[in-house]
Amino acid sequence: MGDRKMKSTINVTVKLFATLREGRFDIRSMELADGATVADVVSLLGIAEEEVALIMADHRHREMDYALADRMTLALFPPVGGG
Amino acid sequence: MDIRNELRKAAREGCIRTADIERIASSAGLATASVERSALEAGIVPERYRRNGSTISPEQQLRLLSSTAAVVGCGGLGGYVVEELARLGVGRLIAIDPDVFEEHNLNRQLYAVGESLGKPKVEAAAARIAMVNPSVSMVPLYERFTSDSAKRQLSGSVVVVDALDSVSARRELAASCSALGLPLVHGSIAGWFGQLTVQYPGESTIDSLYAGFGGDKGVEARLGNPSFTPAVVASLQAALACKLILGMESGLRRRVLMIDLLAMSFETISMG
Repeated sequence: MGDRKMKSTINVTVKLFATLREGRFDIRSMELADGATVADVVSLLGIAEEEVALIMADHRHREMDYALADRMTLALFPPVGGG
Repeated sequence: MDIRNELRKAAREGCIRTADIERIASSAGLATASVERSALEAGIVPERYRRNGSTISPEQQLRLLSSTAAVVGCGGLGGYVVEELARLGVGRLIAIDPDVFEEHNLNRQLYAVGESLGKPKVEAAAARIAMVNPSVSMVPLYERFTSDSAKRQLSGSVVVVDALDSVSARRELAASCSALGLPLVHGSIAGWFGQLTVQYPGESTIDSLYAGFGGDKGVEARLGNPSFTPAVVASLQAALACKLILGMESGLRRRVLMIDLLAMSFETISMG
């Protein structure tokens, strides 16, 4: 067991859109536990899940339970509905 | 009267002026739109469309003139969309909105001017288009879009533009368009931000867009909408509507374009 080479953390670039940036950041690299999901990041950032309408990871639309991988970009978008 | 012969006599450098179109229409007892279509069929371009250049061929111009588009919502986005589609030469425009102009519309809504305050938005749009391009047939519907009335309200349309301002209404429109087999050009805005997509019949992109959201107003409730964001997003909607009418690929099938005017970034998300 001592020769376990599995990486225990991953690095993910997190981008926040519109109001989600307020009091947080536009873009930041985050070190996360291996196997971390989108929901984990949302929780770490103190964002309520209902504030997030759209999730993009690795250039595609994803769900909250999507497991992130090393060097991915995750972008979170709040609902935009004005006209 | 031989319309085609009259058109050929009046044409200069392959184009014909509005005054000549009106004269021929009047003496033949025809609508100007009908004379414009005859001109294009003969390869003669109405002068008002000359600067569409090679971007819009005479055949495409004829197709636009013979098509109907519905613009649902006639506020920040809808005003610009109606204006651009009318100048482009889309022959029939249905504008649907139950509201009148209010003072707080003046920061961004194209047809909100001093004298239109208190008047129905769709009536102001129709009055404006009568001045911009009288050949365009405007159908102003001073009423709310509802799924029960969708078939009547969107009748004849080949493309629908979602310029609404509530998430529930947008979902209702998306479901109606799917049921009626109509492509839908979605655009929405909040502050410095905007998003666009095209939902084709049989797809459910709009539902995916708001999947995690149960409310009615998005972050625009707090961010508001400045003058430029609706103009940017509405122009992209007009370009998409143009492409759909002409049978071109929209470029946004199952993809959402996210616009950030602070970072000046345009990013697309594949909806899978």
